Amino acid sequence: MPPVLELKGITKRFPGVLANDHIDVTLNEGEVLTLLGENGAGKSTLMNVLYGLYTPDEGEIYVRGEKVDIRGPNDAIDLGIGMVHQHFMLVPVLTVVENVMLGMESIKNGIFLDLEDAAQRIREISEQYGLNVDPYALVGELPVGLQQRVEITKLLYRKADILILDEPTAVLTPQEVEGLFEVIRSLLSKGKSIIFISHKLKEVLEISDNIAVLRGGRVVGYAKPDESNERSLASLMVGREVILTVPKGPAQPADVVLEVQDLRALDDRHHLALRGVSFDVRAGEIVGVAGVQGNGQTELIEVLTGLRSPASGTVRLMGHNVTDATPRIITEMGSAHIPEDRQRDGLVMGYPVADNMILNTYYLPPVAEGILMQEAAVRERAERLVEEYDVRTPSVITPAGNLSGGNQQKVIVARELSREVKLVIASQPTRGLDVGSIEYIHSQLVRKRDEGAAVLVVSAELDEVLSLADRIIVMFEGQVMDIVSAETATKEELGLLMAGVHEDAPVAAGEEVAA
Amino acid sequence: MTEQKQKTQDKQEQPRKRKLALGGMLIPLLAIVTALVLGAIVIIATDVTVADAFGEGIGAGLVRSWRVISRAYSAFFTGAFGDPAQMYRGLSQWISTGDGTRWARSLYPITETLRYATPYIFAGLSVAVGFRGGLFNIGAEGQYFIAGLTTVFVGYAITDLPWFIHLPLALVAGILGGAVWAAIPGYLKAKTGAHEVINTIMMNYIAFRFAEFMLDVGGPMARGDGRPVSPVIQESAQLAQFLPSNQDIRFNVGFILALLAAWFAYWLLFKTTIGYEIRTVGQNPRAARYAGMSVPKTIVITMIVAGGLAGLAAATDLLGVLRFMPNAFSAGYGFDAIALALLGNSHPWGVVLASLLFGALRSGARNMQGIARVPLDITQILQGLIIIFIAAPEIIQALYRLRGLEKGEELVLTRGWGQM
Repeated sequence: MPPVLELKGITKRFPGVLANDHIDVTLNEGEVLTLLGENGAGKSTLMNVLYGLYTPDEGEIYVRGEKVDIRGPNDAIDLGIGMVHQHFMLVPVLTVVENVMLGMESIKNGIFLDLEDAAQRIREISEQYGLNVDPYALVGELPVGLQQRVEITKLLYRKADILILDEPTAVLTPQEVEGLFEVIRSLLSKGKSIIFISHKLKEVLEISDNIAVLRGGRVVGYAKPDESNERSLASLMVGREVILTVPKGPAQPADVVLEVQDLRALDDRHHLALRGVSFDVRAGEIVGVAGVQGNGQTELIEVLTGLRSPASGTVRLMGHNVTDATPRIITEMGSAHIPEDRQRDGLVMGYPVADNMILNTYYLPPVAEGILMQEAAVRERAERLVEEYDVRTPSVITPAGNLSGGNQQKVIVARELSREVKLVIASQPTRGLDVGSIEYIHSQLVRKRDEGAAVLVVSAELDEVLSLADRIIVMFEGQVMDIVSAETATKEELGLLMAGVHEDAPVAAGEEVAA
Repeated sequence: MTEQKQKTQDKQEQPRKRKLALGGMLIPLLAIVTALVLGAIVIIATDVTVADAFGEGIGAGLVRSWRVISRAYSAFFTGAFGDPAQMYRGLSQWISTGDGTRWARSLYPITETLRYATPYIFAGLSVAVGFRGGLFNIGAEGQYFIAGLTTVFVGYAITDLPWFIHLPLALVAGILGGAVWAAIPGYLKAKTGAHEVINTIMMNYIAFRFAEFMLDVGGPMARGDGRPVSPVIQESAQLAQFLPSNQDIRFNVGFILALLAAWFAYWLLFKTTIGYEIRTVGQNPRAARYAGMSVPKTIVITMIVAGGLAGLAAATDLLGVLRFMPNAFSAGYGFDAIALALLGNSHPWGVVLASLLFGALRSGARNMQGIARVPLDITQILQGLIIIFIAAPEIIQALYRLRGLEKGEELVLTRGWGQM
């Protein structure tokens, strides 16, 4: 029997870039094929070719042994190929059934939607694959894990049997990942085939049947999970030996630098996002904040850096009350901030690297004397930092927007960590970065710790928190579930805490605050 | 060592300069050329003699078209820059006989171009500074009106001052008038998020009607002789003419002030911390907040600078050319300024070039109408076409098969409602 899907010699060129270079991959029925690679390795391009969004310059696609020509998503869907994008394509204000039938609505009496007919089919699909989705639930009110299942339901509703899952675990808790894997196994047992895209090695080893490792637009190796391990896959992916754990000695906590007491704050929609958060961070330690995204971490960091006013509670920096201080005062007291969204908050994309390097010190000597900017000093400083922090840029006058994500982040890290700082607040410092950059940024954070700074790291990646932090704060629905030592904590324990389950004490009932 | 460093710096500096020279200028130049070509088609299409000639045959029609266009455009160019033959004759007469009147007269077209360009430069800079700060200052026209009132008032009401006090005082009055008028919508935006486009438009209407009230017959600033105009300003507040012997030539010191203002805007935007703040807030207000800048304060400062520049447009125009303020006197500089800022890519020197172009269009258009009988409206059409091609560079890129321009410091022309 021919394989379900075969890509042969797929080549896609963009001006100046060879995004896919003669890629061959094969997907067998009832199996999981993983595409493993860093950002920019060519995974997305390949999937967009398969989905008909790009036309390949060379190469052939075979579905069940037959050569096909895919000219758009509709062709792909007709061939039974469906894709769950990393960012869900759902309308939050519509119900599950409305979302699922969107684009191929069931009609009765000529013009009316037949919701019940569609709902019935969704129930059947849900039961068959153990998806557990309620057709009449509002999508916006579902947890992320269930929203993902709605996306999968959408594909099954359209009778897809080749499912592409693009970084499906990025937004899930460990427990939700397990749930997803169960769904995947159930899909496989019913004869569906899956292309799984990821750069998380553990998951890849757990769920795959075959692995194709991509680097620089080429397949650099094929692997089977039982013949590989994390280290071998990582070095294949990066092209050199990599250190997977963060090398660091034991922490030597000293004085309290950051002290947070009973902090409450509203989010942009005026809902209570922080419900009484208290913790402290000492000099010489890294405190990690774990939690599924959207449980108050963003608001916490904004309050700590002066970007959001809290409703109540206090923040002390080295004993001084900075609860309502401006970002500038907090920065000048020796706080560094690596923001969650580097392109939105941390950089001016149109500015040259050199101008981005002085974003929060532009008014201080030596880069400014009075109101006069000192161009030579700005340039000299940028050249020094580019060298010191290994920022790969053609020059310091290249716009930041032209750099890769990893190098953009290095610009921010260089700017923030090159100052004399007593507190480093890093939010999702390695999100979307390649292994090499992650390694580098971790080592810089550890270096700051060893120099005696207090470091607070927020990350959605549990592995990152576990390997980097000395103590871990787990947040759930705006509260601190627990503070645990990184040495003794296990992933399972943290996962339960992240899901709001506390082994010792029940969660205090949350309060609602009207806008 | 330092020499080597200098070398690498030069190497890095070069691509940026080339980009400015080519990328920055190419689109505007092609836009002008394209607009001239389309303008020619409009001229042909609206000329009855061409239609008649085509009635006689294609060949006659084409010949006639060519004559019409070449006459129109040569009238246009001599109107904008002067007639080289006349300039030569005037110059030789001046040298041989010492009589410079003919030379001066031959310079009239070019001086008119520069005279028109003067308020354009100020007003264009005003809008450009706003664009750099992410603000769409549609209020330059209203700021121009208010500044006109304050300038003229100081100009005629205060007497017996030496010129070196009176003239600067009148200019400062213009700056303040424009700055205060612009600061109001700036403050509203900073404090409440009220969109500056709406508020500057509304401030325009208030300014127009306020000026009408002040200048109308019987108004507080009316001359009192039954005409809706202000009194003439004192001689001590007037800007000096370059060629005082020829009363037709209205070219004055205001042009030098305009160039100084362009230099000031450039210095402020690109060499000072204030400019860094303005540009950062304009490009990414979230990053500006993150960097500890006060976004509201920067918005107000941006509007004050913009308003002051718009105010100088009025001040130099009134002190240098008209010397009194008539009711409803504006020539629409404040609105053309939006186009100028766009055309000049919101760069001060770009604005100067664009203003010279618009000045040439205006003064050339009058000649084109007088000599070639092409209606003034054609110039407006030309201006409009140029702006459309600048604002939609994809048209020019597609037309001339240009590749997309390199990404650089892009301008945020305006953001959506309520976004800071």
